[in-house]
Amino acid sequence: MPLPSTSKHEYITCDPDKCIGCQICEYVCSYAKTGEFNTFRSRIRMVRDHKILITTVACRTCENAPCAIACPRDALKQDPKTGVIKVDTALCDGCAWCIEACDFGAISINPRTKLAEICDLCEGEEDGPQCVKWCPKDALEKTTPDRRAQRSRRKLAREEILR
Amino acid sequence: MHGYSGKILHIDLSERKSWLESKPEKWYQTYIGGVSMATRLCWENITPGCDPLSAENPICLANGIFAGTPVPVGGKFGLASKSPLTGFIGDSLSGSWFSTSFKRAEWDGIVIHGASEDWVTVFVDDDMVEFRDASHLLGLGTTETESAIRDEFGDDQVRTACIGPAGENLGRISNVSNDGRKAGRTGHGAVWGSKKLKGLSMRGTHGVEVADSEELLRLSLDILEAAQGPHTQKYRILGTTSNVLNMNKLGLLPTKNYQEGVFEDAELISGEYLHEHYKAKTIACAQCPIACEQVGWVKEGPYAEAMSHIEYESLFALSSNCGVNDMEAAIKAITNCNELGMDTMSTGVTISWAMECYERGIFTKEDFECERYPEGFEANFGSGMAMVKLTEMIAHRDGYMGDLLADGTQRASTLLDEERDMESYKWAMNIKGLETPGYDARALKTFALGLSVGTRGGCHNRTAAYDPDIKGQVDRFSVDETRGKLAKGTEEYAAVYDTLPLCKFIRRCFTGKADREGAWPAIAKLINATTGWDFDYDDVDLIGERAHTIKKAFNIREGWTRDDDKLPYRWKHEEMTKGPSAESVVTDEELEYLKDLYYEAKGWTPDGLIPKEKLVELGMEDVAEDIGV
Repeated sequence: MPLPSTSKHEYITCDPDKCIGCQICEYVCSYAKTGEFNTFRSRIRMVRDHKILITTVACRTCENAPCAIACPRDALKQDPKTGVIKVDTALCDGCAWCIEACDFGAISINPRTKLAEICDLCEGEEDGPQCVKWCPKDALEKTTPDRRAQRSRRKLAREEILR
Repeated sequence: MHGYSGKILHIDLSERKSWLESKPEKWYQTYIGGVSMATRLCWENITPGCDPLSAENPICLANGIFAGTPVPVGGKFGLASKSPLTGFIGDSLSGSWFSTSFKRAEWDGIVIHGASEDWVTVFVDDDMVEFRDASHLLGLGTTETESAIRDEFGDDQVRTACIGPAGENLGRISNVSNDGRKAGRTGHGAVWGSKKLKGLSMRGTHGVEVADSEELLRLSLDILEAAQGPHTQKYRILGTTSNVLNMNKLGLLPTKNYQEGVFEDAELISGEYLHEHYKAKTIACAQCPIACEQVGWVKEGPYAEAMSHIEYESLFALSSNCGVNDMEAAIKAITNCNELGMDTMSTGVTISWAMECYERGIFTKEDFECERYPEGFEANFGSGMAMVKLTEMIAHRDGYMGDLLADGTQRASTLLDEERDMESYKWAMNIKGLETPGYDARALKTFALGLSVGTRGGCHNRTAAYDPDIKGQVDRFSVDETRGKLAKGTEEYAAVYDTLPLCKFIRRCFTGKADREGAWPAIAKLINATTGWDFDYDDVDLIGERAHTIKKAFNIREGWTRDDDKLPYRWKHEEMTKGPSAESVVTDEELEYLKDLYYEAKGWTPDGLIPKEKLVELGMEDVAEDIGV
């Protein structure tokens, strides 16, 4: 079986230099997905460790997603076109094997429903992922690993070579 | 009720028990939250006249109405106790994830009674209250304490407000820290320390229910977008430290313990210099899309690894006011204060008092001897090393000097003057015991009034009366009959923000205009979408008057008289010699005239007491019974 890896698919990435830790992404996410203001129910999560290390993490839409493979009830299915992981709420029993399988900590169990919740890139929203749309510092981006790498190379070229 | 749970949590540290109190909607409409509700809780739960460091002085927390919602800059809570520094109300604010956890645990307020025999932390996990041994946390700094508690639970969602060593040692200029932010002034750390309460941790898992979530989100996102524009540019780029050069230019940058208002090396301690040489990152409080906190980082040299967010008020106190032109020493001293759990402003102004005593030959090198520095050291103005050493000594009450300074300028000068027959009170820069802020009020006459009558002493944030002076709305060097109304207006304006609470840096983002006409209708909409109430301009305006009134009522019950509204000796008798603010003082005649105007504008008696009918008019009938005249 091929090893899991981050993929050709789009996912939400955060630039830690720009992220200020305000959690606006978590509020708009929890509202968009649940109608509640509850950062516990956001599918993107801010991480703050030490005084200045701040970033956010959401599903990386891995190829051969380990979470889907780990699910003993086949409740998690990956959309082959977008890489988005769909949770079948009728099958999920909140066992959290998916959480153990995810190296990014991008899955959470809703404390009320006890079901797994994962970023779906706001597939249903006309204007795309709400976290990206409302991030006040433009720290979030919907991109692919390859596009992200291209951007890093361009930045490096500008800063190091043209300097 | 929407936006509130209707529940206040009472915790008794002596008996190790907790109970719930329900409050009617009218009570919430009167006191709202933040500093106003926290003060009201203190009014209801304190034994009047008690020693602030006794079990009779409660710790009262009141959350923000907008905490845990997307309302920008609404993630703040209020903290109130009787201040061990001033003997009057100590009301503080802090922005943090602690407040959002607090909100999601579905408590509107918390009152902590009694005192523990052994060191404890209290953990509030939704509706469960647990008392936990804290002996292993003693001596830890604030960041370390918060991390250690989070590690014990293994859960980032456990957010803690705590004290550092300064609070454990009952330093009256110590404070309470949460997520790197502070309930900073009036000595809360000592109140917590006196109860052997090392920390209060919260975990909340509930969603925050509001009356109209769609409307609240829409209003919030409009403000969020406006907050990326020119209205907050100053805060986003240099943060509050941009004030260093501005104040220096106006001759108002406190220098060498307020001897002057111009610092020749201001460039070296400016926000611009910090930005260019030491800035590690800009960060935000919870729910804040502005992000004004400029984190300074010293990478090498004697202060290597010092890292803290740098605010103007911390910076003036721990650089120019100590005559220090070394940004690295300032970053180190501020880091020490924040980690050891002390008010940077009071600490800096207390150190500058000691430096002036040293320069005058009252203190000698030997007075600075302690276990840490057995030889003592020289403590002239300009010595960054002495300033940094003193921050450590104050936190731990090391030696004669650390112990003397740990309780602020008022107590230190009184003790010294008694012991050595000196007059060091003449340069002890405090009002009601609280050290003065980073604007020299000799040449800001409206501000001088606002500070002198301030309910928590020398605090710029509560009065905000520097605004008309600095903006040139009035002649800042003279007094006239408009100033009483102006000082009333600015303090009640500020009290609206401190009660909701919203950070004042958002004030221009509602409509582009920061005045009442620009802000109150927008704030009313936020309140209504959150609570389902029908607040209008006047209701919002009353929030500020009520908040200020309950604080004043608290002080009156604690024995306040007109004579308590005063200014430091230096501002009344000694002129500065340099810069555009030179040759100004506030005379006794001016101050008493200003106070008359102010009490009149407030609708109080000439003695500054509150008529019964005024209190009844504000919906505070029980307060009227107690202290109304």
